[in-house]
Amino acid sequence: MLLRSACRIPKLGRFGLTPNRSISLSTQAVIPTATRYPHIIRDASFKEIEEKDIAFFRNAIKSPAGVITSEAPDELEPFNQDWMRRFKGRCSAVLRPTNSAEVSAVLKYCNENRIAVVPQGGNTGLVGGSVPVHDEIVLSLQNMNKIREFDPISGVLTCDAGCVLEVLDNHLEKQGFIMPLDLGAKGSCQIGGNVATNAGGLRLLRYGSLHGTVLSMEVVLADGRIVELGKPLRKDNTGFDLKQLFIGSEGTLGIITSVSILAPRRPKAVNVAMLGVSSFEGVQELFKYAKSELNEILSAYEFFDRTCLKLVKHHIPGIREPFETDVPFYVLIETSGSNKDHDDEKLSAFLDHVMTEGLVEDGALAQDTTQVAGMWNIRETITESLAKEGGNYKYDLSVPVPKLYSVVEEMQERLASVGLFAKDGSASGRVKHVVGFGHMGDGNLHLNLTSTGWSKDIEKAIEPFLYEVVQRHGGSISAEHGLGLMKAPYLRYSKSDDFIDLMKSMKMVFDPKGIMNPYKYFPS
Amino acid sequence: MSLNRILVPVKRVIDYAVKVRVTGGKIDTNVKHSMNPFDEIAIEEAVRMKEKKFAKEVIAMTVGPTKSQETLRTALAMGADRAIHVEVPEGQEVLPLQVAKLIRAIADKEKPEVVILGKQAIDDDSSQTGQMLAGLLNWSQAAFANKIEVEAGKLTVTREVDGGLETVSTKLPTIITTDLRLNEPRYATLPNIMKAKKKKVDKFTPKDLNVDITPSIETIKIEEPAKRSGGKKVESVDELIDKLKNEAKVL
Repeated sequence: MLLRSACRIPKLGRFGLTPNRSISLSTQAVIPTATRYPHIIRDASFKEIEEKDIAFFRNAIKSPAGVITSEAPDELEPFNQDWMRRFKGRCSAVLRPTNSAEVSAVLKYCNENRIAVVPQGGNTGLVGGSVPVHDEIVLSLQNMNKIREFDPISGVLTCDAGCVLEVLDNHLEKQGFIMPLDLGAKGSCQIGGNVATNAGGLRLLRYGSLHGTVLSMEVVLADGRIVELGKPLRKDNTGFDLKQLFIGSEGTLGIITSVSILAPRRPKAVNVAMLGVSSFEGVQELFKYAKSELNEILSAYEFFDRTCLKLVKHHIPGIREPFETDVPFYVLIETSGSNKDHDDEKLSAFLDHVMTEGLVEDGALAQDTTQVAGMWNIRETITESLAKEGGNYKYDLSVPVPKLYSVVEEMQERLASVGLFAKDGSASGRVKHVVGFGHMGDGNLHLNLTSTGWSKDIEKAIEPFLYEVVQRHGGSISAEHGLGLMKAPYLRYSKSDDFIDLMKSMKMVFDPKGIMNPYKYFPS
Repeated sequence: MSLNRILVPVKRVIDYAVKVRVTGGKIDTNVKHSMNPFDEIAIEEAVRMKEKKFAKEVIAMTVGPTKSQETLRTALAMGADRAIHVEVPEGQEVLPLQVAKLIRAIADKEKPEVVILGKQAIDDDSSQTGQMLAGLLNWSQAAFANKIEVEAGKLTVTREVDGGLETVSTKLPTIITTDLRLNEPRYATLPNIMKAKKKKVDKFTPKDLNVDITPSIETIKIEEPAKRSGGKKVESVDELIDKLKNEAKVL
């Protein structure tokens, strides 16, 4: 099998690319968050850490490289800034415990001494939630990476929070199972971070959100208590389902140290087709038809616009367009099932129909796994291509499907009206591209804008206008990226005052001193 | 110059991306199969020659079980005009010499001027069929092609050889085997997949073609390569030195 390893195909995005290749992105210096957002003032009641605190941490965390301090500034830097290079804090200590007891000891100390803490997983977040704003210390889960248990009968996987998603998926693959979520960042992101941010991703359409697949977790509260939130059971109607509060809490309530998650069987047959559609109405028609005809085997329905494909072709080497017909919208359909002949027959009938009825202009069906990876690679390198354009404004929005793309068009209109964007496709405005792509099946739009660099007036032209549009359409200002620092001020566009008051009461219960991931998540 | 016919033999193999597993002394074949990547390149090249009007017709052929028809459909969707399926029972091993004899029989019927095929199949890695076919037909051959140019009455083929490239000119009729860098095969588009369903596939058995496919080689044993023992992460330089000294005993 010499050629299996020597064959032409380079490592493709689905299997290789991770968003932490920030080296290839802009080389501009990252503006410190505190400079960019001067109104976010450091809470003076938080203790600035000193030698004796470091000494305590060194004693509490046994492994030799468990504490990184400003003695090694190069090692600190990756923990202080996000991969998109939009947010940068100035913490002077990073703690890397290896078990819950160490996490507990550290948090107890921090709580007693009012030291602010930012929990950090793979640091692949997009809203600045996983890096410090000021001098909060970073508690990284990366050394807590043991797979504790997998039960092949129930499919329940129990693992430490710092396990990398791809590692877990590879572990399950050997036993014929699959992680219920998949993200572009799978090679770096950690399961604890996935749960803390309620990450969505590419398999949500098929396997549902983490609110359904996470069965239980172990958390460490701000005061150091280690608490089991439930048991790894599918059914357990005893008491409040507190783990749900931690799913998507973004480190504001405590630290998730282990997770039990339900893994489905790995599908034996996977097919991927890429289709070209002439209008967004067509994309919706096609979706309706795909749901009805492909039904239980439909595992992904992703869409992106022409500009996305253009940028991917420009920035990613080796990308080939599956077909030449020029269309405004592309759809990637994936089916997964247990019987290839059954799936092939369904998909073939479906494709026949959509082609003869003119629902799609053109399309291609992957003939082998390499082509499957090639098609996914186009969809998954959109984010990277946009980042390579320079300044990249990213918005992750939930919008009722019929209004999904009109949000992009309204944004284009708005920017054109203030002279920032040229609608003729010439990329001559200061905002070069306004593009839309995303998980159509989940009503999740990724609206992205690119320009030569970050500037306050562009941001002002986008926000809060965009959030008003989303609110008007009955959507949510964050679908799967969370609130973090970036969206916290705009929470009221998605949630009522009463709702936010209840959130604040919850925060008081779990973290009364407010040391967990401060300055974020809540509107000031 | 225009050729009348190009014959492209293709093979259905375990998909390139699938990790081959051996269970109970047998290769687990209950996994995804696809067209041998080198054969995909051969089809692509033949179709491009047709698109450039260097050839009038491209015929794809395969030797394999019923399921190999899928592979022929892929070839047809990529642009082959018709296909020939030499059907053998599921699980029947057909060695390169027998495959070459079957291709010769089809070549005798169809009279192509050029046969383009993959330099080897990624399942058995034999890399023999093309060369044996050239011997059986007594045609010229250019193996491991990375560029093919058509001129009056001959083809100029650039070959990948140890240490560089070699350019040869071959008289027609000829056999060409494809190397990795010859081209990048296209995707099968929906309109072409639909058209492919209507294209003709002729069926033969080895008996129809008077070829005996009884293997002349016996497979004695199949086993997986020895498993690599896992690496280990160390926490510090001291630990590394300690392990190199006391565990690996290399210091």
